[in-house]
Amino acid sequence: MSTSRRGFLKGVAAGALAASSAKAGSTEHFSGYAGRYGLLHDTTLCIGCRSCEFACNEVNGLPAPETPINDKKIFSEKRGTSEKLYTVVNSYGSAGIFRKHQCMHCNEPCCASVCFVNAFTKTPEGPVLYDPDVCVGCRYCVFACPYYALAYEYDDPVTPRVVRCTMCYPRIKEGKIPACAEACPTGAIQFGRRDELIQVAHKRFDKYPDRYVKHIFGEHEWGGTSWLTLAGVPFEQLGLPKDPTLEPLPNLTTGFLSLAPIVAAIFPGLLAGMYAFTKRKEQLAEDEKGKLLADAEARAEERLTEVVQKGEERAEREAEYEARAAEKTLKDKQQSAKEGSDTGKEESR
Amino acid sequence: MNQPAESRTQLLSPFNIITGLILAFGGVIVILRFAYGLSYATNLTHTTTWGLWTGFKLVFVALAASGYALTTAVYIFGMHEYHPLVRPAVLSGFLGYTLFICILIFDLGRAWRIYYPFLVQAGFTSALFEIALCVALYYSTQFLELTPIGFEWLGWKRWRKVFIAGTVGMTIFGLLLSILHQSTLGALFLTVPRKLHPLWYSPYIPLHFFISSAMGGVSMVIMVGLVCKRVFGHKMEIKRETLDRLTIGLAKGCSIIMAVYFGVKVVDISLANKWHYLFSGWGLWYLVEILGFVLLPCLLYAYGFKEKRPRLIRFTAVLVILGVILNRLNVSVVAFNWQFSLEQRYFPHWMEYVVVVFLITAGIVAFRWVSKRMPVLYDHPDYKAGH
Repeated sequence: MSTSRRGFLKGVAAGALAASSAKAGSTEHFSGYAGRYGLLHDTTLCIGCRSCEFACNEVNGLPAPETPINDKKIFSEKRGTSEKLYTVVNSYGSAGIFRKHQCMHCNEPCCASVCFVNAFTKTPEGPVLYDPDVCVGCRYCVFACPYYALAYEYDDPVTPRVVRCTMCYPRIKEGKIPACAEACPTGAIQFGRRDELIQVAHKRFDKYPDRYVKHIFGEHEWGGTSWLTLAGVPFEQLGLPKDPTLEPLPNLTTGFLSLAPIVAAIFPGLLAGMYAFTKRKEQLAEDEKGKLLADAEARAEERLTEVVQKGEERAEREAEYEARAAEKTLKDKQQSAKEGSDTGKEESR
Repeated sequence: MNQPAESRTQLLSPFNIITGLILAFGGVIVILRFAYGLSYATNLTHTTTWGLWTGFKLVFVALAASGYALTTAVYIFGMHEYHPLVRPAVLSGFLGYTLFICILIFDLGRAWRIYYPFLVQAGFTSALFEIALCVALYYSTQFLELTPIGFEWLGWKRWRKVFIAGTVGMTIFGLLLSILHQSTLGALFLTVPRKLHPLWYSPYIPLHFFISSAMGGVSMVIMVGLVCKRVFGHKMEIKRETLDRLTIGLAKGCSIIMAVYFGVKVVDISLANKWHYLFSGWGLWYLVEILGFVLLPCLLYAYGFKEKRPRLIRFTAVLVILGVILNRLNVSVVAFNWQFSLEQRYFPHWMEYVVVVFLITAGIVAFRWVSKRMPVLYDHPDYKAGH
């Protein structure tokens, strides 16, 4: 087993090489569909009125949020998106900074890359769409989303779906703007072409340098998102992930998955070779055993012939001796018998 | 003696009554889960969508490594002395995968679409796709590896011969698939660098999963060997002394694997310089796992091998199995969403525990049923010289 592990490590090294050379070989870089849409959420303008929540639920055919629109008590807890709320507004810190949360519509969506039935599509317009007709309900997408933006219909035993913001894709197709952006009374949510929104953000940074942390969350984070967030405080204080990297999350798995064909190509041969090696070793051991046995047998045979020969000689000798002895006894007996008869004759006379 | 009366007492043995109750109760809960949805039986949330059941999916597959561990040792590396343990090992591996598939079906939102990735639409970029493909193929392979047992039981000699002839090929194929999917189960977590605690998250997590599956698998063989000898002692052909000798040999192998695993873990902490995380509650918990359930059993195995102590080795095997369970649950449940506050955290529903107990019980019952009837623990008299 230690050998197979060594082989595994070798495979890892080879795969890493292959992956890096593949990257070096490509000259084109796809940075996303040109002119795709996005939404700019400026948290410094958000007043926490939750008009967006109500508009969202209405457009998506969901019952209106239970808490009335002016009830500020709702901000005492941090709410997440759910099957009843595709977007939520939460309050952060004592200063009362509000941030609207929903699916970010990533440029390189992790949910799409991890789906084993390919149920997610990144549309050229920007929204990431989900197809419930092929979904098996493994919820790897919900698990993998770095923004905790996906929800699942756990209550539904028959047709549960992954549910989330669609960036109002149907409305965009109709030429309308997303319902939340339309409902926002302060302009904290702005819809437009993504690259233009980035320009808008930079203009705001220049105009109000003290109001913002000079960074657009979502411009580059994990490959960038359609929703762009501006804030006056560090983003992790607004419930966004701390220290996101530039590398899109799907890339973390591709390197490993590219190993599978290599392993599948190398291992059967490697293991068959090992098996052949073992067999050969066993065969050699068997042969060796056979040879030793044959040798021993031959030696035994030789010794046996020797012993038999000696025994025969000896037996011959013994037989000769015995024959001679018998002859002698016979002669003696004859002699004594002769003498006896002579004396008898003499006595009888 | 009265035949029916005897069989009735056999049927109402304490073992049967207890397992019967667990199976009935668990079965009801499974039915309720499908009738009322996941929210009825689980505490899953939108932020923690994989819970105890997913944790045990990982556990079942890791401990089912007993199959590939022993078939590789015996058929590829020619360690023929372990042959008497191959069938129990492959059977427990097969049952492990069966439990995995069952809990997967309970956990999937729409389980009846389980074939969709293969027949309707495939997502090739998903680690889960690779797992699905490998598990489907490996499960079939294990089934084929086990068919000779059934054929011997049924007396279908020709079929048995055909499948025995494929042993080496199936072993190689099975090991390849195991290497792929055991490691890919770890790769599921590559995509959540911010959600999983840094001590458990690692770019090398696939390698961690593969090595730890090997140690879990070998320890399962030790455990299964012991339990079989205890429970079916009269059926098991292998002598106590032989079993002890094999146990000691397995301990040596497992100790080496665990030393490698410990080394890989230390390298992982060093490479990413995660040492400072050790000085926290999470660090303490991590040390419990790594020192208490990896380093300690590794040394105990080595000691048990050197001093020829089969009893100590068996105790250690239990420790390793618990360690593998702990590791998989830590990665998938405990250290996942580690930044959450207590009220945000997921704690399994009692029904989730019941279903896990239900499945493990079902696995034990199935193992017992098969070993009682089929030539798993002994060579079938007709094929004694056939191996």
